[in-house]
Amino acid sequence: MTALTANFITDNGVTMIDGLATGVLLFVIALGLSLVFGVMDVLNLAHGAIYLLGAYVAVALLGGGTKMTLLAFGGAVLLAAIIGGFSGWGLSAMVRPVAHRGHLDQALLTLGIALVVSDLVAMKFGNDVRSIPAPAGLDGSATIFGQSYPVYRLVVIVVGGLLAVGALYVIERTRVGSLVRASVVDPQMVSALGVDTKRLVTGVFAAGAALAAAGGVIGGPILSAYPGLDNRVLLLGLVVVVIGGLGSVSGALVGALVIGQIETLGVSLLPDHASFLVFGAMGLVLLLRPQGLLGKKEATA
Amino acid sequence: MSAIGADLKIAGVEAGYGGSTVLTGVDLHVGAGETVTLLGRNGVGKTTLMSTVMGFINTQSGSIHVGDEDITGLPTHARARAGVAIVPQGRRVFAPLTVHNNLRIAEGKHSGEWSLERIYELMPRLRERRTNRGDQLSGGEQQMLAIGRALLLGPRVLLLDEPSDGLAPAIVQQVMGIVRELAQEGITVLLVEQDLRAAFSVADRVVVMEKGRIVHESTTEEFRSDAPRARRLLGVG
Ligand SMILES: Nc1ncnc2c1ncn2[C@@H]1O[C@H](COP(=O)(O)OP(=O)(O)OP(=O)(O)O)[C@@H](O)[C@H]1O
Ligand SMILES: [Mg+2]
Repeated sequence: MTALTANFITDNGVTMIDGLATGVLLFVIALGLSLVFGVMDVLNLAHGAIYLLGAYVAVALLGGGTKMTLLAFGGAVLLAAIIGGFSGWGLSAMVRPVAHRGHLDQALLTLGIALVVSDLVAMKFGNDVRSIPAPAGLDGSATIFGQSYPVYRLVVIVVGGLLAVGALYVIERTRVGSLVRASVVDPQMVSALGVDTKRLVTGVFAAGAALAAAGGVIGGPILSAYPGLDNRVLLLGLVVVVIGGLGSVSGALVGALVIGQIETLGVSLLPDHASFLVFGAMGLVLLLRPQGLLGKKEATA
Repeated sequence: MSAIGADLKIAGVEAGYGGSTVLTGVDLHVGAGETVTLLGRNGVGKTTLMSTVMGFINTQSGSIHVGDEDITGLPTHARARAGVAIVPQGRRVFAPLTVHNNLRIAEGKHSGEWSLERIYELMPRLRERRTNRGDQLSGGEQQMLAIGRALLLGPRVLLLDEPSDGLAPAIVQQVMGIVRELAQEGITVLLVEQDLRAAFSVADRVVVMEKGRIVHESTTEEFRSDAPRARRLLGVG
């Protein structure tokens, strides 16, 4: 039994680490999606487009060069976060008028915005896949389980992990985080505490979008940048949020880690079913726990 | 008596849900530091009136003043800052937050003489349960939490909607004891209560609502002295 486990790990360890990197990245991306749905009851289908903006910030800063310095790359992350933050702020203002008009209206509006953004990006940068190399100094490889493995992905695990821990800390431990969680369950009562919930929602929107855009840069060396990537990221984000439970932060973390493994380990073990695995997992969760793994029952009612 | 409380003036207020009008012209004045209990059968609009004062629903016409300030058109959070706090029907504590965090998010520079420490002194049960989630509390504990949360807002006007609902008699007495203390602090209290004995034990005055308007006002003593009239007004046997 232990020998079997050991074998499994040497055979698949690298794939699992890859899954962890994907999972951590997915969490950074999906958190905003989940929280915006939680506090505003808005399904923001432009979330993938925000990620795309971030990825193309990296493309633009790369210019004609082959790779960025570490400092430039860090600057790209920061710039993307700022652009993402402002985009989220603008989005929340655009979405507010339809916030109480049902999910179909919101979906149409945010999807429309997403299409415009990705078209503008395609006009500016073309339809080709643009690769974003890992920054200088992090572009080497390490040896894990006897295999060579890109260092950058390990860095993604660490940096993404730190972002995830930071976000969880803010949500779970600070006063603002408590207000956000309270707003997920009863925004009206939060406003009765003297809190301007519109500003709170705008803040959540902006912070979530900043994370997604930063994720676009950080994930660049793994996922590259191309028109259509926004849809893939959005879809994965939605699956993560549905699996974890809408509005639940720890749920988003669990969902992201699960999907990360399915995307890598699952696909490597069951290559013939690759395209179904993610949605199969989502269907299974929805069948067994419609409110998501860590969601509250009321959340889906 | 201290000058904490402000008077609450409700004049000709009409309000309701969607297209329907539930409040059909409410006139009610609660003096500064006074405790008034609002009685009435189920569905006459008591909670609707509380929600209208808090700004959960908009007034269709009429005006609401707290002290000199006209709060009629203000959003809920601005009304809270003007000194209105609510202990709503059903308590509405934040289920995913601990007792401590439920209270902490209400605390701020507006808290005035109220502090977390003082709430825990007033309601020691909350201190014992401070690390429990809101949905792990008993009904009585939730009620105390909702009251504590409201007090940390440093209210000048406190709206209490059926605080005794679902509580054991001993707990009702305890909650009413707290309400009495608040009244002594000088806070203006508007109380909706089905438990008449509890209501009479704290109220200076009684007002009765029927079909969305106030149909009777008197002192508590006067109201109690005419039992047949009370029965007729409240429709109780
Ligand atoms: N959210 C709502 N949407 C639509 N109608 C509502 C809503 N809440 C209450 N009503 C209606 O408004 C009327 C007054 O309800 P309200 O809750 O104010 O009564 P109440 O006097 O507080 O009753 P109770 O003693 O049962 O708490 C009722 O006819 C009720 O059906
Ligand atoms: Mg009621």
